[in-house]
Amino acid sequence: MGEFAYRRPQTLAECAALLREDGAKALAGGTDLVPQLREGRRQARTVVDLKRVQELTALERTSDGGWRIGGAVSVRALGANAAFAGEHAALLASARLIGSLQVQSRATLAGNLCNAAPSADGVPLLLALDATCDIAGQAGRRTLAAAEVATGPGRNALAPGELLEAIVLPPRPARTAARYLRFTPRREMDIAIAGSGVRVDLDGDGRIAKANIVLASVAPVPLRATRASACLLGERPSSTLFEDAATIAASEATPISDTRGSADYRRDLVAVLTRRALADCARELGVNLQ
Amino acid sequence: MKQIISCRVNGEARDALGAGSETLLEFLRDGLGLTGTKEGCSNGNCGSCTVLMDGAPVCACLVLAGEADGAEITTIEGVAKGNDLHPVQAALVAHGGTQCGFCTPGIVLSAVALLERTPNPNEQEIRHAIAGNLCRCTGYDKIVEAIADAASTSTRTP
Repeated sequence: MGEFAYRRPQTLAECAALLREDGAKALAGGTDLVPQLREGRRQARTVVDLKRVQELTALERTSDGGWRIGGAVSVRALGANAAFAGEHAALLASARLIGSLQVQSRATLAGNLCNAAPSADGVPLLLALDATCDIAGQAGRRTLAAAEVATGPGRNALAPGELLEAIVLPPRPARTAARYLRFTPRREMDIAIAGSGVRVDLDGDGRIAKANIVLASVAPVPLRATRASACLLGERPSSTLFEDAATIAASEATPISDTRGSADYRRDLVAVLTRRALADCARELGVNLQ
Repeated sequence: MKQIISCRVNGEARDALGAGSETLLEFLRDGLGLTGTKEGCSNGNCGSCTVLMDGAPVCACLVLAGEADGAEITTIEGVAKGNDLHPVQAALVAHGGTQCGFCTPGIVLSAVALLERTPNPNEQEIRHAIAGNLCRCTGYDKIVEAIADAASTSTRTP
């Protein structure tokens, strides 16, 4: 690995100051950054470890009943919080697809988001749950939608000196369900050929009040299938409806062909995974699909 | 630039110099001479370098040495009690769950971590716990049998 200095600041302000220096890289879990540095895919003069900053390691409820996930909170730590794990079981399950248990001991959702891999398993449901991100920098704090963080494969919207301080999840609606499904040739330790993260809210009348479908590995960034999501609104869940939404989602995908799968194959997978994820949500909401 | 890294390794306080760009794996092997932890892929896929960091299994190749400052590390050298093998190690021997042996230290640490949190794992839980540890020799079945056996041995003995 190339030579770099390792710094472990204690405050957000110190982090922001260090990250403004040339060649500074933020280190959360390190499970992407360390191999990227070793393989020369990224260069660093200074690596700034975020894990000694209290705001970044805290997982806590927000005053409105949502959650604030500090930028350096590991997937393992998310699972260790029973209240969070109960309320966001689907998001946690998607994060638990990232690498191995060894990787999850270190890896963070914020890192999964900032690393900006189109296949990031932890990201589709963050977008589907309307997560926002507190971005800290020397000039203060700004908020970005989670959907705005990735700007291309391996690229994100953070400026030099900025860091993802926390992911904020809004309060959970009364009748809501979420599900992320991916397809991998191997059961474990693999990268999604395609994935679909779905969130469905029902109103008191049993109609779909909100729906978000977010696709993985079929576009340069995690892709919000907005037309597929819109076709569900105001409708009652049914197999035909979900079939239609799945077909539209597949048409919204813009996949490439590579060694892991062809574009056509990926589109077919999107349809299947989206239909199944929607059906799983309906089941969780106690709806019998016709 | 080197810095002093102070951590507890296998229950003993250790201080050694480490470079900022050194991994925990290099620190353990080259700095402390603990060569039981193996380097395989160096990118977090194979699990050969699995150690416990504050009780959690990690790939030592994905952790910088500086991150271990103040941490409690358990390597394969700290698993047996003197000449008494840990039940996981004894069961791997008894079941032939090791062949070339290169993955074995990592498998042992993953299994020890599993039994700490799940004393009576089922087969699926065992396979999940070692999914991040590649073994190119055994085909895994004997490893899975050994861990199941170690679990039942550990829960029988008070």
